[in-house]
Amino acid sequence: MTFVAKPRVRHPLLPVNELGLTRRDYEGSVSTLCAGCGHDSVSAAIVQACAELSLPPHKFAKVSGIGCSSKTPSYFLSHSHGFNSVHGRMPSVATGANLANRELYCIGVSGDGDSASIGIGQFAHIVRRRINMLYIVDNNGTYGLTKGQFSATNDKGSTSKRGVPNLYEPIDLVSMALQIGASFVARSFSGDKRQLVPLIQAGLMHKGFAFIDVISPCVAFNNHNGSTKSYDYVRGHTERLVSADYIAAGEEITVDYESGMLEDVAMPDGSTLRLRKVDEDYDPRDRVQALTQVQRSAEAGEVVTGLLYVDADAADCHDVLGTPATPLNALDDSVLCPGAEALEGVNAQLR
Amino acid sequence: MTDRATPAAPKGDPASGTVAHRRTSYNDFVIRFANVNGSGSASANGMFAKALFRMGIPVATRNIFPSNIEGLPTWFEVRVSEKGYAGRREGIDIMVAMNAETFTEDIESIVAGGYLLYDNSKELDVRLRRSDINLVGVPISQLVLPEFPNPKHRALFKNIVYLGALSALINIDFEVITGMVSAQYKGKDDLIAPNIHALQIGRNYVLDYLDGPLPIQVRYSNAASDKILVDGNAAAAIGAIYGGATVCAWYPITPSTSLAEAFEQYCNRLRVDDNGERNFAIIQAEDELAAMGIVIGAGWNGARAFTATSGPGLSLMTEFLGLAYFAEIPAVLWDIQRAGPSTGMPTRTQQGDLLSAAYASHGDTRHPLLFPSTPNECFDFAVTALDLADRLQTPILVMSDLELGMNDNMADPFTWDDARRLDRGKVLRADDLEKIETFGRYLDVDGDGIGYRTLPGTHPEKGAFFTRGTSRDEYAAYTEAPEAYSANMDRLLKKWETARELVPAPVLEDEGRAVGIMFYGTTALPIPEALDRLAEDGVELDTMRIRSFPFTDDVRDFIDTHEIVFLAEQNRDAQMKTLLVNDLGVDPSRIDSVLYYGGFSISADTIYEQVSAKLVQYNVPRLRAVGGGGGRGAVPRKGREYRR
Ligand SMILES: Cc1ncc(C[n+]2csc(CCOP(=O)(O)OP(=O)(O)O)c2C)c(N)n1
Ligand code: SF4
Ligand SMILES: [Mg+2]
Repeated sequence: MTFVAKPRVRHPLLPVNELGLTRRDYEGSVSTLCAGCGHDSVSAAIVQACAELSLPPHKFAKVSGIGCSSKTPSYFLSHSHGFNSVHGRMPSVATGANLANRELYCIGVSGDGDSASIGIGQFAHIVRRRINMLYIVDNNGTYGLTKGQFSATNDKGSTSKRGVPNLYEPIDLVSMALQIGASFVARSFSGDKRQLVPLIQAGLMHKGFAFIDVISPCVAFNNHNGSTKSYDYVRGHTERLVSADYIAAGEEITVDYESGMLEDVAMPDGSTLRLRKVDEDYDPRDRVQALTQVQRSAEAGEVVTGLLYVDADAADCHDVLGTPATPLNALDDSVLCPGAEALEGVNAQLR
Repeated sequence: MTDRATPAAPKGDPASGTVAHRRTSYNDFVIRFANVNGSGSASANGMFAKALFRMGIPVATRNIFPSNIEGLPTWFEVRVSEKGYAGRREGIDIMVAMNAETFTEDIESIVAGGYLLYDNSKELDVRLRRSDINLVGVPISQLVLPEFPNPKHRALFKNIVYLGALSALINIDFEVITGMVSAQYKGKDDLIAPNIHALQIGRNYVLDYLDGPLPIQVRYSNAASDKILVDGNAAAAIGAIYGGATVCAWYPITPSTSLAEAFEQYCNRLRVDDNGERNFAIIQAEDELAAMGIVIGAGWNGARAFTATSGPGLSLMTEFLGLAYFAEIPAVLWDIQRAGPSTGMPTRTQQGDLLSAAYASHGDTRHPLLFPSTPNECFDFAVTALDLADRLQTPILVMSDLELGMNDNMADPFTWDDARRLDRGKVLRADDLEKIETFGRYLDVDGDGIGYRTLPGTHPEKGAFFTRGTSRDEYAAYTEAPEAYSANMDRLLKKWETARELVPAPVLEDEGRAVGIMFYGTTALPIPEALDRLAEDGVELDTMRIRSFPFTDDVRDFIDTHEIVFLAEQNRDAQMKTLLVNDLGVDPSRIDSVLYYGGFSISADTIYEQVSAKLVQYNVPRLRAVGGGGGRGAVPRKGREYRR
């Protein structure tokens, strides 16, 4: 028996998507984060992205580590199961969840402490394993939940709330993801919904490991002058490199007269990624160029945003493992258990 | 040559004039091969054990190997026992001494009347001679030199030469060995002839120049004829396949590595569809934390998953184990124990992880443990553990060890009942959810402490919940209310009591004697031999083999109803005793520990000697003096106080 979300009677003014659902159907419980926290904007962008894509709101696996950012899976998609695991270890839990059921959309939300410090090993390894998921880091340059210590993504020289400068080099997860082989790498800003929502959509629909580093200011501990992860600083220093629009299969591709170079990337499922580039020479399918660009901009104190790299034809972990289309968790005992006769064959070899 | 009537001292050896006593036996001896790691001896030694096994003779093998790839000493020991004694016995009857570096100690380890098979291409140093053992010299190096010009081949074929020599010395059916060589090199036919030639070189030397066979020899038997030869790790891997495991995540560590590797091998054979699709996923993770995380993620999402590790890995997994305990997620962990603490003796065996496994993680955490003793139990417990994990929604830790996991042991053929269904526990499907009014993930609907869970993606509107390691109420909502937190912790205790009913019960042999001995895991292997020796002394003991934690009532009863209770285990701190005291509240002074923790598997001698000495202290009367003749079953029945 299959279950699909039933269209329900709605407030007539709320727009409905193809499933007859409104944005409310994609929301979660009420956030307990600080008012103005960037993370809440990311959650809202996820809600909007999923609603617009008309994805069934119960067909997600939401996973996270520990931190303010990792709490956010409670705040979107309440019809789906979520798993708030342990600090820095979301990637392994996501791996297991994805191996068990490849049909679910897997969204992982982590923080910069969660992914760039305690969990940097797991982060690196989930990238190379090519787990089919959308992995978002709410990057605020600080440990929000433990009250404002510097995180490993905090820029050298950026100051704490008390004015103390950070003395250590930052880790850039975007560069890491590019270097280790992620097939979709983007950076965005929680305050730039117009850019973020389509990126989330593209990342969700991308087959393979999609990573979005979202600069998401912490209003409580890292939003002051002197911080390079404050709203003001990020607004003043972003360089939008490549915007992306996700166009579902069958949807009409309209001509767009806005400035910028357009490039359409065909996705394996028939959909299209429409990339809008600022710089004609930038090729978001060139991993080396992406790495160079990200690092050059960082040196110049600029933050490049947008879809920095995509390989639409990448294999995912299930392709590598050769698993069946049926999720492993749905295989029948008769498939799993080889039976008495096969065991006789095993015994025979051990005699 | 078998018809040579009196096996005399080997005539070709200069030392053959010795008048050492000559141990005699059929199908009952310990043979040890001393080799250099990486010299290719493992395959010859394995063939030796298998040849005896194919002759229907019970064998138990032990690899005593270093944490090294090439160059360090390694030993391979085979216990040959018509009676089926599978445990270790001290003293070597036949030493095949092929490692110059350990020659001295190898000679020392031979029992009086035993035999030293050595390469007498060079004469034996007089200082190493022992007048109470028998020397059997075969000039192996000289024999291979003209036959195998390539020095690398020569080194390898030396192993085959001593195997050939042994075939004549202890009367192994030569056809069994040649048959195995042919089978082993099937497809590489050019290797068969030189191997058989090497076998013949060794064999012919013995036939031509030595007077054989030795008084210790083998003959065809039925004792092992319907058995299989398998190590515990392979057995566990096969069991995991039958138990429906689809996800295995692991990080290499001796002695657990071969479990994951065997799982892959057998999956490739048993779990690949006709169209090539693989109904399993194996991830060699970046570390043990990740391995456990993958298992938990898969378990949460409804796939049966397990990991295999050893002590250091278990230490790394503890935070995740606490999460799985508290968030109530099925997971199976095989701990193939090795000697700790820390890196300890990484290639030696021990039962030293009980406490760290039982209470792995912070806070009030505890996990059910299973203790397999045999390859058959590794197979069975692999299925049981997966069932229990789903039923109890908690991690189940299976406590094997290097001794069981990595050594080939005789076992009954594995069996499977095709009518058996896997127990997936309390999982609500979409139509179940349709039928119920309210869903509360942690509601104790059945009063057994176990709630109903749902899997992600089950139903569009019902049954979704948030899994977390933080405190929550019965509806999975975050709470720090003291009542809700305590109620949840108490329910977990109730679940523990349910576990007590479901875990494998101990195996009892209780004849109402006054003295009892408890043991578990591989400590069970030498027990039959130790008990037989005690019985010869006029002391008979009841036995209880513990198979799980928490303990069933039988365990308490056994302790309560025996005047003297021994508990044999392979660790320094009597860890099982601590668990018994903690879980059952038994008086610690009621349990007298028999401990061994040197890194080899505990021997029958150790158990026999420690128990005998304690019985003297307890003043337990027996029918006859130690070592004398007389009847059995001498220890009085219950009713008298023997305790100190
Ligand atoms: C093993 C472990 N160590 C430390 C902590 C404490 N801790 C909780 S959240 C956190 C940092 C979170 O930072 P980040 O991932 O950046 O999330 P944010 O709160 O900034 O969104 C730490 C160190 C923990 N929960 N577990
Ligand atoms: S402390 Fe910072 S990161 Fe945490 S909720 Fe508040 S603003 Fe957000
Ligand atoms: Mg942070």
